[in-house]
Amino acid sequence: MKPIQSKEEYQEYVDQKTPNSPIAKNCFNAFWVGGVICAIGQIIFEICKTRGLDETNSYTIVSMLLVFFSAFLTGLNIFNKIGKFAGAGSLVPITGFANSIVSPAMEYKSEGYVMGVGAKMFTVAGPVLVYGISSSIIIGIIYIIFNTQSLTLI
Amino acid sequence: MDWIMILKAFIVGGTICLIGQVLIDKTKLTPARILVAYVTTGVILGGLGIYKHLINFAGCGATVPLTGFGSLLAKGTISEIESNGFIGAFTGGVKAAAGGISAAIFFGYIASLISKPKIKKQ
Repeated sequence: MKPIQSKEEYQEYVDQKTPNSPIAKNCFNAFWVGGVICAIGQIIFEICKTRGLDETNSYTIVSMLLVFFSAFLTGLNIFNKIGKFAGAGSLVPITGFANSIVSPAMEYKSEGYVMGVGAKMFTVAGPVLVYGISSSIIIGIIYIIFNTQSLTLI
Repeated sequence: MDWIMILKAFIVGGTICLIGQVLIDKTKLTPARILVAYVTTGVILGGLGIYKHLINFAGCGATVPLTGFGSLLAKGTISEIESNGFIGAFTGGVKAAAGGISAAIFFGYIASLISKPKIKKQ
């Protein structure tokens, strides 16, 4: 094999070696697994509502329960198998957020409980919180500016 | 049990995940970037007041994906500004999303404590 000189050559080499993922099949799996997770959420929501909880609390309980299941399934090494099968189907729902907290924490457990588990928990969740919270503050400031000029944005 | 809502949640939630899968396959974005993009999109759509129509239509199909988490941050910020003024921009978002964030950190921590790291087979 000839040595790789430039970035383009390397990219070509990578493209050659990586198997083409069957996009249609991946999309189908992502669709139905993601759909099922959301449908389970909706079932929990309906149960909460029949117990007389209001909408906001019901949505919070749905998120908390899904996070709980996802965290423990990740701990038991089951969720990673679902993730491999479903791709974005298990990543994009809030279950993926919990999974992204637990799996690096597990992996770096040997580095100790503070700098291993405590710090590595946020390798993916950290950026999500940083960008989510920062952009919500920016949205808030924009809202204040538009409101003081009595323009109704919403 | 409202079966129509469950079906709508399935279809809308599935579609949002499908878009994510297309992004993974077509653009080679890493999962972390996709999650960040989804949350930010959710904040923007929530702030513009568009996302709440999707929540009214599909319930958990719209709130369970991370765009829903983003829209919750935006919704919390705006409602807190309306009741508490400027300080709400900084308190509202996290307050509204506190349940999900705390649950993720706490359950995540407990789950990683009780789990045994998998030994990778060579």
